[in-house]
Amino acid sequence: MIKAVLSGDMPRSLVLALILGLILVCLALAPFLFPGVRTVDTAARICVFIVLVASYDLLLGYGGIVSFAHTMFFGIGAYGVALALTHLGRGFDAILVGAGAGALLAAALAFVIGLFSLRVRAIFFAMITLAVASAVAVLVSQLSGLTGGEDGLTFKTPRALGPAFKFGDELFGVKLNGKLLSYYVVFIGSLVLFLLMLRVVNSPFGRVLQAIRENDFRAEAIGYRVVYYRVAATCLSAAVAALAGSLYAIWLRYVGPDTTLSMEIMIDILLMVVIGGMGTMYGAVIGATLLVLAQNYLQNLMGVAGSLVDGVPVLPQLLDADRWLLWLGVLFILSVYFFPTGVVGRLRRG
Amino acid sequence: MSMAPEHAPTMARLSLAQRLAPWMPVLLVPLLVLAGLLAIPNTSSWLTLTVSGLAMGMMIFLMASGLTLVFGLMDVINFGHGAFVSVGAFVGVSVLLLLGGMTGAPSLALNLAAMGLAVIGAMLATGAMGWAFEKVIVEPVYGHHLKQILVTMGGLIVVEQLIIVLWGPEEIYISRPEALKGAITFAGAALEKYRLVAVGLGLVVFAAMRWTLRRTKIGLIVRAGVENGEMVQALGYRLRLVFVGVFIAGSALAGLGGVMWGLYQEVVSAHMGNQAMILIFIVVIIGGLGSVEGCFIGALLVGLMQNYVAFLEPKVALISNIGLMVAILMWRPMGMIPVVKAK
Repeated sequence: MIKAVLSGDMPRSLVLALILGLILVCLALAPFLFPGVRTVDTAARICVFIVLVASYDLLLGYGGIVSFAHTMFFGIGAYGVALALTHLGRGFDAILVGAGAGALLAAALAFVIGLFSLRVRAIFFAMITLAVASAVAVLVSQLSGLTGGEDGLTFKTPRALGPAFKFGDELFGVKLNGKLLSYYVVFIGSLVLFLLMLRVVNSPFGRVLQAIRENDFRAEAIGYRVVYYRVAATCLSAAVAALAGSLYAIWLRYVGPDTTLSMEIMIDILLMVVIGGMGTMYGAVIGATLLVLAQNYLQNLMGVAGSLVDGVPVLPQLLDADRWLLWLGVLFILSVYFFPTGVVGRLRRG
Repeated sequence: MSMAPEHAPTMARLSLAQRLAPWMPVLLVPLLVLAGLLAIPNTSSWLTLTVSGLAMGMMIFLMASGLTLVFGLMDVINFGHGAFVSVGAFVGVSVLLLLGGMTGAPSLALNLAAMGLAVIGAMLATGAMGWAFEKVIVEPVYGHHLKQILVTMGGLIVVEQLIIVLWGPEEIYISRPEALKGAITFAGAALEKYRLVAVGLGLVVFAAMRWTLRRTKIGLIVRAGVENGEMVQALGYRLRLVFVGVFIAGSALAGLGGVMWGLYQEVVSAHMGNQAMILIFIVVIIGGLGSVEGCFIGALLVGLMQNYVAFLEPKVALISNIGLMVAILMWRPMGMIPVVKAK
């Protein structure tokens, strides 16, 4: 049963299985285990990023393609839902329309970019996506009439997902309101999308992608159209990223360039994939959880460390909480060199 | 017995289109300038835009040339190239701020001397940094594109953050040297002096680069290395050393470009390298990865295009470069002047 749900891709390590189980339980019961606005918010962010990172891993870890436009697809999904809810009214049908349109648009855009760059060289893709993504980010902040520009859009989700909607009294001291429902929409949506990604990478299609990653020339020689598979992977990954963006928009009830399109988020995704482990979907779970938790709680610790060395030249600046990215960058380089398989690869090797 | 194949030599001269085809990339620049002349009603604003487009193109070329050469020679794609642009700009601006007395004086000689010192300082700093970057970050991942992209991107993040540690998180505003402020009027068009200097400098660097690559022994080795590295090594040249040299030179050029770019915008920030990378990538792809001439033409096209479109339709400016790239890739999927590798 579990094997079927996980598409035959078992954790293959007791420690890994325990960690994954713990993460699943914590996320599933987050509103009850850790009641509090900030903790539930963190849990929802983890859910969304697990899907986003998993979809990126399909490209990077399985397809061997580096893309810098993943936040663009994420943003397309988020803005799709935001625009639909703004203009079509606050119903569930609007959410479906927005998410569907976002996913389709993302897949279509990925198709065009993929056709242009992947037929020549895979590295073109990295450069072209970087250029296109930044152009789109600028465009979104300039078309303020449609997208709200730098301020972003605040919109209303269906009443059933808002804190004002109550469907019961209290359960274990947690108010049964729409915010709780909203969390479970995000959680279940993320779970389904993640299992879908797991299904994809363990299908024959996923195997072909891995073959192409290892040796594209040989894969072509066996008779697989490399371009076809790469473009298909790009489109699929873009669509899933857009759906993750839709979930994020539903949760935040706000979209803006900083929360969905910025280069910082792209760097976060890269770090999550590499630290969790490339080429395994469980890496996405571990990486996203670790990094989101670290961002929310470790940064404070760095501030404390910075104040401890007050008075020493340069050191306080190096340990300043804002210099967090510096250490992540160092960690990133080191993990690409020494642990290319990330946490999951380490655990699986025992 | 089979018949001999019919021999029908075509004595006709090649048609004009056929004879022009190999020169198309070079001709694109004047064609774009002409198109600009047709699209922009006012001749004097056309002249101003053309000069600023050329200046912008030259600066992008300075920044991009190292990247394309490094790729051509060693198949190394350096996403951290933008870091050299930022560092160059910061070092150059710091030197200029130190030499406030020289830049403030209204004497062209003193101003140019200060600029020269700033450029030398920036190029030394970025050259040294390029050497370290190559040793620490790039060397362990030769021949592995995916890891190169990831690791050099990580290097970019680290360098960006270190800049913030050393120079603080705020943008630094800098005004150009006194004698390079303002504009001269030529045929009714206002031409900024600084842009003319940038065009001149770009032309000099391009000429020097072309001369080095075409006329010197080291250039010969570099060009041979681009075409077939193994063969060059078999002939007894240590291509690895040549490559390190090219990497350092490319980083120093990016630093030079960074100083010019910083003074052009009159503000430097830690993220400017990352922003410049977008234009650099477009230029390098348009030109054909590994080709210096292609990079030069691509940079001019992008600079001109950006300025013309920004004048005609400001909102489309950034998209126009993407459009240009798409059009060129449809025409020549490997870029305008593809580098042919003997494999």
